[in-house]
Amino acid sequence: MKLASDSRTVGPSDRAAQVSQTVRPSDRPTPVLESRAYNFWYGTNHALHDISMGIPRRAITALIGPSGCGKTTFLRSINRMHDLTPGARHTGEILLDGASIFGPGTDVVTLRRRIGMVFQRPNPFPKSVYDNVAYGPRLNALAHARELPDRVERALRQAALWEEVADRLREPGTALSGGQQQRLCIARALANEPELLLMDEPCSALDPIATQRIEELLVELKKSYTIVIVTHNMQQAARVSDYTGFFYVGNLVEFGVTQQLFTRPSDERTEAYITGRFG
Amino acid sequence: MSSFPIEGVPPGRPSAETRWRSLVGNDRSDRVYRNVLTGLALALPALILIILGVLFMGALPALKRFGPSFIWTSTWDPVAEVYGAAPMIFGTLASSFLALLIAVPLALSVAIFLTEFSPRWLRQPVGFVIELLAAIPSVVYGTWGIFVLIPFLRAHVVPPLKAVLGWTPFFHGVFYGNSLLAGGIILAIMIVPYIAAVSREVLLAVPGSQREAALAMGATRWEAVRSAVLPYGRAGLIGAVILGLGRALGETMAVTMVIGNRHDIGVSVFQPAYTMAAAIANEFSEATTHLYLSALFEVGLILFVLTVVVNAIARILIWRVARGQAVGSQAL
Repeated sequence: MKLASDSRTVGPSDRAAQVSQTVRPSDRPTPVLESRAYNFWYGTNHALHDISMGIPRRAITALIGPSGCGKTTFLRSINRMHDLTPGARHTGEILLDGASIFGPGTDVVTLRRRIGMVFQRPNPFPKSVYDNVAYGPRLNALAHARELPDRVERALRQAALWEEVADRLREPGTALSGGQQQRLCIARALANEPELLLMDEPCSALDPIATQRIEELLVELKKSYTIVIVTHNMQQAARVSDYTGFFYVGNLVEFGVTQQLFTRPSDERTEAYITGRFG
Repeated sequence: MSSFPIEGVPPGRPSAETRWRSLVGNDRSDRVYRNVLTGLALALPALILIILGVLFMGALPALKRFGPSFIWTSTWDPVAEVYGAAPMIFGTLASSFLALLIAVPLALSVAIFLTEFSPRWLRQPVGFVIELLAAIPSVVYGTWGIFVLIPFLRAHVVPPLKAVLGWTPFFHGVFYGNSLLAGGIILAIMIVPYIAAVSREVLLAVPGSQREAALAMGATRWEAVRSAVLPYGRAGLIGAVILGLGRALGETMAVTMVIGNRHDIGVSVFQPAYTMAAAIANEFSEATTHLYLSALFEVGLILFVLTVVVNAIARILIWRVARGQAVGSQAL
């Protein structure tokens, strides 16, 4: 609670200056996703304040911060999962490849096809392993029937699950172990061949070994995908991510190269959080 | 956070178990109260067994006389003392099946609308009114059937049905008014609230994460319902339908008033039919001979066993979804 008194130090303009201080523009490739002064409200609750950041392509960006800081709210804004939340509204912009995701020309169904999402708890459908992965391609008519098996296999291989399920594709996805289920959900998301993969604390329901497998997988996946991961686990952010954004009470306090943010944070709140003084 | 003096508790502190015993154990009024409640609670299952026993005893003479052929013979002749329940069993099943055919799409649409698409403010009132349908007395439905439904069918439904489907055996012949069709429709209206209410509960029990998974994959809301919500709740939805079937099988008054009450097996829905419940209600007061009465008891026994089995299946299916066990293709 000591931090409440410190929040006076940074106003919106200061913060913008700080955010850009941490990483010079030349450090970053062109962002695949860009948020510009994005504000979000649940009813009267102002949950996100002027979030401006760019998500670099083919890299892992971690969003960290204490519970209720808005990191998941921001993540779910990116694929417009808030569309169905009563009382939700926003101002500002989020651009995917330069085009507003809120623009009149943006079809939310197409948007979500391009932006995959993996949830906190594994949520496979009560269908077979195969049908789980084939769900997206079938739904979005992405593949001919005869190409579908290849596509499913490719997604399962990318999710490092193929070896374990190759001979049980017809079994229900819900019969797999927790860690396998989460990789199945990743495979399901990958089968849509998304440009961006959002992950909302994907390891929080998993044991350390399953967590390690997912982390190895993420590092492998960033060769071809852009990943944004929300995590409670600072060690995880430090281990796997290239860029880290620190959220605190609805503000993006600091955003930068992970190593820099963890070793030389420029904001005292970031420092307090990553050194475990609160959160 | 000041420290709490846990050290101050004496070592010989009574365990939670002992304290609970001392609270509930020895008081006389408590014991009486507990015994009364236990007795009342056990009385209900006992009642079912007693009913089964009475039905069986009553049906014994007919069972002895006709054996299993009671179920598949069609003669119902109190004068000659020959009884066969096939027309009533057929009529009961046919009217219930017809009712499901009409009620299931309607009730599922209502449940899906209320849980997935309806604006929030509309959910309560619509759900309430639909459940209110279940509170209307059966005889009122029957009266409405006679004075509103049957004339309406005669004027506006039967002529087009005959024109289009009159060549099939199901819509053949003269429309008598009191008919299988009228009985089926009345039943459908009466079971919609049950199926809709239970289906709504089942759909509400489908985790939000399943909807989100589908939506995040690029499903529209309808696609999410069809490909994620309905399959997840499948077992429970089937349970809801079977529960409706159980209601339809046992419904008596309204059906008796509109189905025509004729001991006959006809394929056409325009013909009169009979149900087991209707036969018991109509003929019990006329059953003058021992064997006649016994035959009606046996009809009651068949109906009782049928509805209990159907309801038990329905309950088991619904529980499985409510307890979240309906995942996986092993559900059915």
